[in-house]
Amino acid sequence: MVDVRSGLGEALPPPEVEDVELYHPHSWWTRYVFSQDAKIIAIQYATTAIAIGMVALVLSWLMRLQLGFPDTFQLVDAEAYYQFITMHGMIMVIYLLTALFLGGFGNYLIPLMVGARDMVFPYANMLSYWIYLLAVLVLVASFFAPGGPTGAGWTLYPPQALLSGTPGGKDWGIILMLSSLIIFIIGFTMGGLNYVVTVLQGRARGMTLMRMPLTVWGIFTATVMALLAFPALFVACVMMLFDRLLGTSFFMPAIVEMGEQLPYGGGSPILFQHLFWFFGHPEVYIVALPAFGIVSDLISTHARKNIFGYRMMVWAIVIIGGLSFVVWAHHMYVSGMNPYFGFFFATTTLIIAVPTAIKVYNWVLTLWRGNIHLTLPMLFALAFIVTFVNGGLTGLFLGNVVVDVPLSDTMFVVAHFHMVMGVAPILVIFGAIYHWYPKITGRMLDETLGQIHFWITFIGAYGIFFPMHYLGLIGVPRRYYELGETAFVPDSVHTLNAFISIMALIVGAAQIVLLFNLVWSLRHGREAGGNPWRATTLEWQTPETPPPHGNWGKELPVVYRWAYDYSVPGAPEDFIPQNQPAPSRVSHEAAS
Amino acid sequence: MSIMLIFLTAIAAVIVWWLAQQRLASKPWLEVGHARDHRRAAPLPAAKVGLGVFLAVVGSLFALSFSAYFMRMASSDWGTLPLPGFLWINTAILALASAALYWTKLNAERQHGEAARTGLLVALAAGLAFLVGQLFAWRALANAGYLLAGNPANSFFYMLTGLHGLHILGGLAALGRVTVHASDAGFDRRTRLSVELCAIYWHFMLAVWLVLFALLSGWATEVVVFCRQLLT
Ligand code: HEM
Ligand SMILES: [Cu+2]
Repeated sequence: MVDVRSGLGEALPPPEVEDVELYHPHSWWTRYVFSQDAKIIAIQYATTAIAIGMVALVLSWLMRLQLGFPDTFQLVDAEAYYQFITMHGMIMVIYLLTALFLGGFGNYLIPLMVGARDMVFPYANMLSYWIYLLAVLVLVASFFAPGGPTGAGWTLYPPQALLSGTPGGKDWGIILMLSSLIIFIIGFTMGGLNYVVTVLQGRARGMTLMRMPLTVWGIFTATVMALLAFPALFVACVMMLFDRLLGTSFFMPAIVEMGEQLPYGGGSPILFQHLFWFFGHPEVYIVALPAFGIVSDLISTHARKNIFGYRMMVWAIVIIGGLSFVVWAHHMYVSGMNPYFGFFFATTTLIIAVPTAIKVYNWVLTLWRGNIHLTLPMLFALAFIVTFVNGGLTGLFLGNVVVDVPLSDTMFVVAHFHMVMGVAPILVIFGAIYHWYPKITGRMLDETLGQIHFWITFIGAYGIFFPMHYLGLIGVPRRYYELGETAFVPDSVHTLNAFISIMALIVGAAQIVLLFNLVWSLRHGREAGGNPWRATTLEWQTPETPPPHGNWGKELPVVYRWAYDYSVPGAPEDFIPQNQPAPSRVSHEAAS
Repeated sequence: MSIMLIFLTAIAAVIVWWLAQQRLASKPWLEVGHARDHRRAAPLPAAKVGLGVFLAVVGSLFALSFSAYFMRMASSDWGTLPLPGFLWINTAILALASAALYWTKLNAERQHGEAARTGLLVALAAGLAFLVGQLFAWRALANAGYLLAGNPANSFFYMLTGLHGLHILGGLAALGRVTVHASDAGFDRRTRLSVELCAIYWHFMLAVWLVLFALLSGWATEVVVFCRQLLT
């Protein structure tokens, strides 16, 4: 186990990382508001993302009330329902999940986990947050604009997105949505450069790539993907803004609207779909890869066992990242494409399932005979695995051209993507919050409240989305604000819909427990100490908790081992921190 | 999307090349102690790596819009747009800016402050002149009746040159900052690095412009058609 080259007596290798000049805040404003410290920026990102996420949650409540009790509540008409769907979907995917995983966890964890003092371009990092905030404000503004927000669906397909039949199409809604996305992408690029270059250049001495925790691998790969994929959305948004504001016909075919010939002609809606899904498919993995990484670390730490197949996990992350750029058109089976292309994309889609399945096996094998501590992060990690497997199985159905065509646009699809893309990553986020909150604040979150939060959320989420698969098989379509009297819809569907809605209300309300816990524990939580989970990774080894500006005090840490030395035979404790040197050979021999 | 796929292949090649040096096949659980760190003894400055990543993003942006150009071109309403002749002059001016920066970089390294400062000013002036020239091209086309919404070819012309112009504008801002720095502090290590980064950025934008110019004037299409014929 002990490497011959190692030993305390040996001189340290030359410093490969230059110590950066830190920027020093001088006033309260530059310390806490316009801060360039990645940890503060992370908290700003996370708070903003959670706040806008609450808006999306309330929107889903309103939609569920309408679907479950169409006659009782008159809150939502068809127009409003489209608007709510669109805003809910867009906020959840981009402004909550992407921003929280990369802007929130990325900012907090990357510098700490690789042993850097801060991100490499702190100023751009600060700008990134403020531009993100601007994007969120522009998005929120569309709720108050004349005509309301856009109702084009989160995919924003033209031509309907720009027509008067769609809410916001001829008003401000679509303009604000497109602008907000453009702003978001600019802001994200500034942050993304930081995350990538910090991993490339800012690692502490001895932190080779293969010693990085999987969390960093996940966030890093996802950021690279996002940097390459977001330009597609950017181009699509710019072109659509041109169509809407300047009368060009990039995407708009000749259209007669209410007896009137619109000044468009010849444009290609399919072109938009290509651009959108070139971004949209990688987006799924931009959200999933950080979740995969984080979950691996949660499982390993709380099962006190090294992650099974670390190398395979790394390779799988990289391969998934690469493959997801060549599968985008599987979202377009119903748009009429050359069947050979359909076959190609169906094949690549199925191939992606292989590295994904490997990851699942490795998680399970890590748990196998582990010393599983059923802490809150572990509970959420387990819930994630179950949910992800579940969603993955239904995904295999949808990846098949033949099966997808009849199920496309039913509640089955809604159930599927909520399982993989909604519930699964959110569970990881919760797990991660319970795991790292002690580092961020120095106090533990309350255990009882956490248990309540977990069980309601987990069981409730199944209560919401499981029955939806069944609705989809019966043929209940998605994006319909009410079913009316339709022959193929049995009465049981209405009962089921009411049940789902009640579940949605309960799950939503359970999140208040988490919010309360977050605030309450800030003052009243149990003192956590520096390393409450007895974890190996660097962020738990900071000299102070919460880590101060500059993270490491006088000296940067030096890394001597990989991130998963749990339960090493013969070690005095069941974990060995990454920055603990190997025992020198002499003392090792003396000990044995 | 074939252009984007070609671009992605290039990026993927770089990533694979880089990953190949990272000992991804090592067994980290067996290697305790000082790892042989495979980063170079004198690592690249972070800003340079950052610029490289940023250029990959910009490249992806342009590759995607070029892909969109080709896909949209397939429809029947595509017209042609006679490019104003002095776009050639603009091209020359942009090349001059790029060359001036190259010259500046060489002189800055040799600590020929005076020459390097002149080079910066020439590059600034040329960059500005390029933008003004582009505006003239816009006006000439508009006067000749080729309006933005008239035809998809026109729309793409204005959008793509606009997008490129905005990037040049950003480059000018950076260049302006470096020039101010250089006259305050001379060519110390940091300014030299900034000059080098500016030069890289301008070479890149020149390359983008050349591709864009070829695209707009129709040669790129001919090349593509020719390649297709070769393949079939
Ligand atoms: C309590 C949790 C949630 C509930 C009750 C909920 C409910 C809904 C409902 C009722 C719809 C409209 C279905 C239709 O008629 O087509 C919908 C759509 C959608 N939801 Fe959720 N949702 C939740 C969480 C999430 C999360 C976490 C995500 C993150 C990925 C998400 C992403 C989406 C997307 C992308 C759409 C599709 C929008 C569109 O069709 O344009 N949802 N959701
Ligand atoms: Cu996909």
